[in-house]
Amino acid sequence: MRIGRLPARKARILTIRYLGAGAVTLLFLFPVYWLFMISFKTPDEIYHVPPLWIPGQIQFSNYYVLFKDGDVLAILNSLIVAGVSSGIAIVLGTLCAYSLARFGTGGENLAMWIISQRMIPPIAVVFPIFLIYVYFGLVDGYFGLILLYTAFNLPYVIWMMRGYIVDVPLELEESALVDGLNRWEVIWKVVFPMVRPGLMATSVFTFVFAWNDFLFALVLTRTEVITFPVMLTHYFGGQSNFWAKIAAMSVLGTLPIFVAVSVMQRYLVRGISLGAVKG
Amino acid sequence: MALSASLNAAEERKPSRLGRVLEDRLPYLMVAPAILILLLVGLFPLIYSLIVSFQRITMTENDTSFVGLLNYAELFKDTRLWTSLGHTAIITVIALPLELLIGFLMAQLFVDRMPGRQLFVALLVLPTVISPIVAGATWRLMFDVRFGPIGQILSFFAGEPVRILWTVNPAYVYPAIIICEVWQWSPFMFLLLLAALSNVDQSQLEAAEIDGASYLRVLRGIVLPAIAPVIAVACLIRGLDLVRIFDIIWALTEGGPGSMTETISLYTYVQGFSQFETSYTAAISFLVIALLTLITTLVLKRMELAR
Repeated sequence: MRIGRLPARKARILTIRYLGAGAVTLLFLFPVYWLFMISFKTPDEIYHVPPLWIPGQIQFSNYYVLFKDGDVLAILNSLIVAGVSSGIAIVLGTLCAYSLARFGTGGENLAMWIISQRMIPPIAVVFPIFLIYVYFGLVDGYFGLILLYTAFNLPYVIWMMRGYIVDVPLELEESALVDGLNRWEVIWKVVFPMVRPGLMATSVFTFVFAWNDFLFALVLTRTEVITFPVMLTHYFGGQSNFWAKIAAMSVLGTLPIFVAVSVMQRYLVRGISLGAVKG
Repeated sequence: MALSASLNAAEERKPSRLGRVLEDRLPYLMVAPAILILLLVGLFPLIYSLIVSFQRITMTENDTSFVGLLNYAELFKDTRLWTSLGHTAIITVIALPLELLIGFLMAQLFVDRMPGRQLFVALLVLPTVISPIVAGATWRLMFDVRFGPIGQILSFFAGEPVRILWTVNPAYVYPAIIICEVWQWSPFMFLLLLAALSNVDQSQLEAAEIDGASYLRVLRGIVLPAIAPVIAVACLIRGLDLVRIFDIIWALTEGGPGSMTETISLYTYVQGFSQFETSYTAAISFLVIALLTLITTLVLKRMELAR
């Protein structure tokens, strides 16, 4: 709302809004700051009473330990699994979405069935999937997790991309077809450039979903393909929480998401809101 | 292999005809891979699980004879199951309105343009996109009775040492979970509501302003009706997520102390993966699906009515 025509009042409101914005941001980022700081502390500083708000010096030994012990492989596993699965989900999902949007394949029923797949709670399917995976020897391998995350993300990609593709004016495609382009060329040269922002946002979210998954990874990994959230919970243990490791691992594991989200920042709000409003 | 061979053969003979056939079937070809994967990983386990739920498979026994609804009848006698549903309900009913309210207030704060708004929004996204496991771990560090800052901050305001065993003391363990949950997901509500508020018709707001309408009247008369659909969808998404809450609790309390914070997802996990009650776990899974379907249908119905 734009209230107040007087400049003085306007300035005061703006000041109050900045104070509010600063307070809210501080409040929400403080835990992140705390985690970040712990990752740089020495054990003495971590277990200091009262807690230290600023580490004496920035030291990287907590990170060094993760590299030395090979724990960072969990990050690598997560990158492979989340990256490959969201890549596949984006390609297959976008094709499917195009077909649903432009040819009306399967009608409204197929679209509804696809989105209903998304509503099934993971806990309800993880157990039968586990049994089937044990039977086929897919537990603790890349393929099993990639297949699962692809399936998990497909409904989201299809639903999002269908929305974006429907928004592309049909006339553009028709005139391109008349000009002699075939269907694939039309998709690649006409539709793809127009839906690229949506595609970017969707890609980030599929990656984040796969990256953050804990339940499936907990159940379907053992020793070979441990992903980063599962690795993190290995550090928990009664009194002896390895806080230095937890903090350093958390920071490392949040970095890729932070990078992805920062790069795609301008597409994200639109992506979230469209996903929610149209879904 | 056979398919590609025959395609190649067809191409050599009549390329134009192949083109036409492919063009005709293109809609189905484009849909097929995605649907196949969804059937394979989505539907197939569900059907398999349904069959298992009518059998009597446990860790020690592999009794594949059908026992009818026996497992489902067991559900009603299982007090730990109902308690876990109660825990889930408590967390959902408290956290959801809090997230909505805080998200709305944040959105109100940022809805008008101001220099630097992009940066604030970018920073505030962070809690929502990090792993729930990281969120849980972070708050476990924050809440620690000796080395965490929460105790120190509370002590500062109380003027005396405050020592709360957040994740162990039954009186504080739910507040701890809800604080973490609200911290992580209020920004999600904020982003959705910010987008919705930015789309509210400015001319209506200006007209109300000229008429001298109070803030609450404008809120009730113009703003809320305009953003109601987004609020409904946001609550549906978050509500479904809260009902299946798992990660944050795993990181914060692992369901403890005892099974005080065991939600339905944690209970299902325990039954399936530490007790290995295979058939019974399958039955619980279908109870959860039934409940979620019921909730979704009811909410969607209300949304239809509201329209």
